[in-house]
Amino acid sequence: MKLINRDEGALARSPSSEEVAQTSIELRVNGRRQVVAVEPREVLLDTLRERFACTGVKKGCDHGQCGACTILLDGRRVNACLMLSVMAEGCDLRTIEGIASENGELHAMQQAFLDHDAFQCGYCTCGQIVSAVGMLNEPWSADPQSLAESMSGNLCRCGAYRNILAAVSDVKRAGNRREASRDEDL
Amino acid sequence: MKPFHYERASTVEEACSMSTESEESCFLAGGTTLIDLLKLNVMRPAKVVDVRNVDMDTVDLLEDGGILIGANVRNSDLAWHQKVRRDYQALSEALLSGASPQLRNMATVAGNVMQRARCPYFRDNYSPCNKRSPGSGCAALGGYARSHAVLGTSEHCIATHPSDMCVALAAFEAKVRVEGLAGTRDIPFSDFHLLPGDRPDREHAIDPGELITGVVLPPNVEGASSVYLKSRDRASYEFALASAAVSFALVEGRIAAARIALGGVATKPWRAFEAENCLEGNEPSSELYEEAAALAMEGAITQPDNAYKVPLARGLIVRALAIARERVEAQV
Repeated sequence: MKLINRDEGALARSPSSEEVAQTSIELRVNGRRQVVAVEPREVLLDTLRERFACTGVKKGCDHGQCGACTILLDGRRVNACLMLSVMAEGCDLRTIEGIASENGELHAMQQAFLDHDAFQCGYCTCGQIVSAVGMLNEPWSADPQSLAESMSGNLCRCGAYRNILAAVSDVKRAGNRREASRDEDL
Repeated sequence: MKPFHYERASTVEEACSMSTESEESCFLAGGTTLIDLLKLNVMRPAKVVDVRNVDMDTVDLLEDGGILIGANVRNSDLAWHQKVRRDYQALSEALLSGASPQLRNMATVAGNVMQRARCPYFRDNYSPCNKRSPGSGCAALGGYARSHAVLGTSEHCIATHPSDMCVALAAFEAKVRVEGLAGTRDIPFSDFHLLPGDRPDREHAIDPGELITGVVLPPNVEGASSVYLKSRDRASYEFALASAAVSFALVEGRIAAARIALGGVATKPWRAFEAENCLEGNEPSSELYEEAAALAMEGAITQPDNAYKVPLARGLIVRALAIARERVEAQV
């Protein structure tokens, strides 16, 4: 079988790195305004890790298949590995480093992960927690099947799924109870 | 990843002229396909035109009762949209069965329509692949072809079309609205994706410089119910081995407006017209479903690794039709 050299073929010449204009972007990362000049091909996951020291955002598969790099972009959970940094212009980003309150009090989801021992090696945990926080803003029901589906974008190779789902379920149900009692008060 | 020029467009006209200025350019919306393939060097555009600021991110109700889905509407927003859940249930189910919640928050409707093949030989940037490198051959033919297509294939390409959403759009007879410097046109969904034939590198009936600005869905057929069923290697976050979107209504106990579209088994979102004709005007029964399912898969060309897809798809069609009937009857 003939193997094709990767640089053969009728493809346009890519510009060199020097020919490409750097773009200045302004964004908020965990509440702090940041301005940074990036090359268009720089990926948001790398910008967060290398320039803003948000190393809780993990590079697992780097192709949108594992969820370890999950962040909240304007409140919605996304994979930072499949975004160019230039796409985050004007956005409000939250990583695991910005999930707890300023005074250090853990987010209910972080506490639930501790309470349920919802991790083993811990590599996927940051992404799991941020993803679960994002899930709370989406219209999932609290039944076990729906919650499992809602967390399907985060893989755990240790297989800590039972405890992860127990933690997520606790927070989701507590939120539902709070909403119900608020509705009764109205 | 190779360097590329990056420009932001804020209107359709701007996007179209930016893209025609450069020979090898592509549009960026959700980025979930493009950035993946940029990292693999499978796509190497000289310029990327970001269209996320172009105003096309709403779902609008049309006078005829249909909807116009803006090109930039996120997959998750469309899946949870009230009218979509009520009138186009198979579309909501197809969207929710695709990718992960994170990816659905990023991916757009137009990007999903333009999604590229998941064939491992296309993605490895090394093997012969007529889609990536025209004329180089097809490593999937005679290779490991467990995930590959059995319908609409050619001797040059057997890559499966990976989308779930597109299968439902095919069943609902959507139209893809494209705009270019020459004007606007609506392309029927069945004509939008091209069969590989002897040019697998040409995937769409869209001209250079044209931008998808929306997808038009005709009104739901009165009394019709729909369903999307998907079979895959694991229960979530996986591409289809086979899938079926079906829809029909019952008029005086007989099937009307039957629609069957298939995913995971074909080189494009696949309408099973003959199977639909076989259902039309007949009383629903499991024998009839079996007959339709057999017709849908007639002419399948299998490889040793993917012959299982024929009975798998037939079974899915039969089950989907039975569920659609339950839903039709539950409406009354």
